[in-house]
Amino acid sequence: MKTYKEIILDPIFNNNPIALQILGICSALAVTSKLETSIVMALAVIFVTALSNFSVSLIRKHIPGSIRILVEMTIIASLVIIADQLIKAFLYDISKQLSVYVGLIITNCIIMGRAEAFALQNTPGRSFLDGIGNGLGYSFVLLFVGFFRELFGSGKLLGFTIFPLNTEGGWYNPNGLFLLAPSAFILIGLLIWAIRAWKPEQVEEA
Amino acid sequence: MFEHYLSLFIKSIFIENMALAFFLGMCTFLAVSKRVETAVGLGIAVVVVQTITLPVNNLIYNYVLREGALAGIGLGDLDLTFLGLITYIGVIAAMVQILEMVLDKFVPKLYNSLGIFLPLITVNCAILGGTLFMVERDYIFTESIVFGVGSGTGFAIAIIALAGIREKMKYSNVPEGLRGLGITFITVGLMAIAFMLFSGIQL
Repeated sequence: MKTYKEIILDPIFNNNPIALQILGICSALAVTSKLETSIVMALAVIFVTALSNFSVSLIRKHIPGSIRILVEMTIIASLVIIADQLIKAFLYDISKQLSVYVGLIITNCIIMGRAEAFALQNTPGRSFLDGIGNGLGYSFVLLFVGFFRELFGSGKLLGFTIFPLNTEGGWYNPNGLFLLAPSAFILIGLLIWAIRAWKPEQVEEA
Repeated sequence: MFEHYLSLFIKSIFIENMALAFFLGMCTFLAVSKRVETAVGLGIAVVVVQTITLPVNNLIYNYVLREGALAGIGLGDLDLTFLGLITYIGVIAAMVQILEMVLDKFVPKLYNSLGIFLPLITVNCAILGGTLFMVERDYIFTESIVFGVGSGTGFAIAIIALAGIREKMKYSNVPEGLRGLGITFITVGLMAIAFMLFSGIQL
């Protein structure tokens, strides 16, 4: 039996949803060109995973096996609508930048995957923590990518100038590649390499 | 008129490729691209589902959810767009289920070759993403059909190409930590850069 601490911390490095489980990559890449949007997206995903895990686990003994995917989908979709409306109400500019990707949290496989793999077998409290843990693992990758893309792509972090650009009299010549979406793939590829060099047991057979 | 649809079709396949320009459907894109044969099966399934669900969702959006759409039955000021997400995913799940039963009954050969990929498509974000883009861009019914076929085809081309590259990757000596997922990410990154050259084309 895992302790509560392990449930929260394991998904960050040892069993990261993106780097090891291949879950939830879909919406992770397009929103990371700035740190700000990455943070909002990460918070939305933590909110939805934690609460969907909790709710699925609450009613896990009453869901018939054959329609469980439909039930899970309904719970997840309702939570995503709440998150979407909240972001639209309080962070309207960011919701425009996130475009359709908030809605796509529904099909983010992390949420479905954790509901299936964890919440159906565990108590609500443990499932809630597992949701937060996996959300954090997802956030870690998102923030890592968002940090490097905004820093090297536009010399800023959260809109504050870190490297003064040479177009504005500074010294930094921005690397346009980092603003383009493909750089996110290469960054995640390198991040996976770093994690696996640190934890060799995650290396795949060729 | 015809030109408009042709350019929308080409645009949705290459310039706005679901997988390589918008990064939708990445989970399946990375997980099911180990062999060309399975990639072809998944590609066909995505094209079929996308072609059916997009027009259906388009009708539902325009005649039920849109603000003022229900004016005909005396509910003129009703705006149901916030129910969009839950409706679209319901339609997609239902369509996939119906398609599964129809194929099983009438074309069992295709059904068997698609196997597990058909139900997996429900959670493929390329499908839901297609619907959300369609709503965001206000496509009319005929446009949504063309966009459905085009975006599905674009996804199929991308996943088959990636599977082709990954099959060849077996013969190369990849550094240990990069093997499998890591090198696949970097390959997709390079493919996406290659696809960006289409973005300069004006149609």
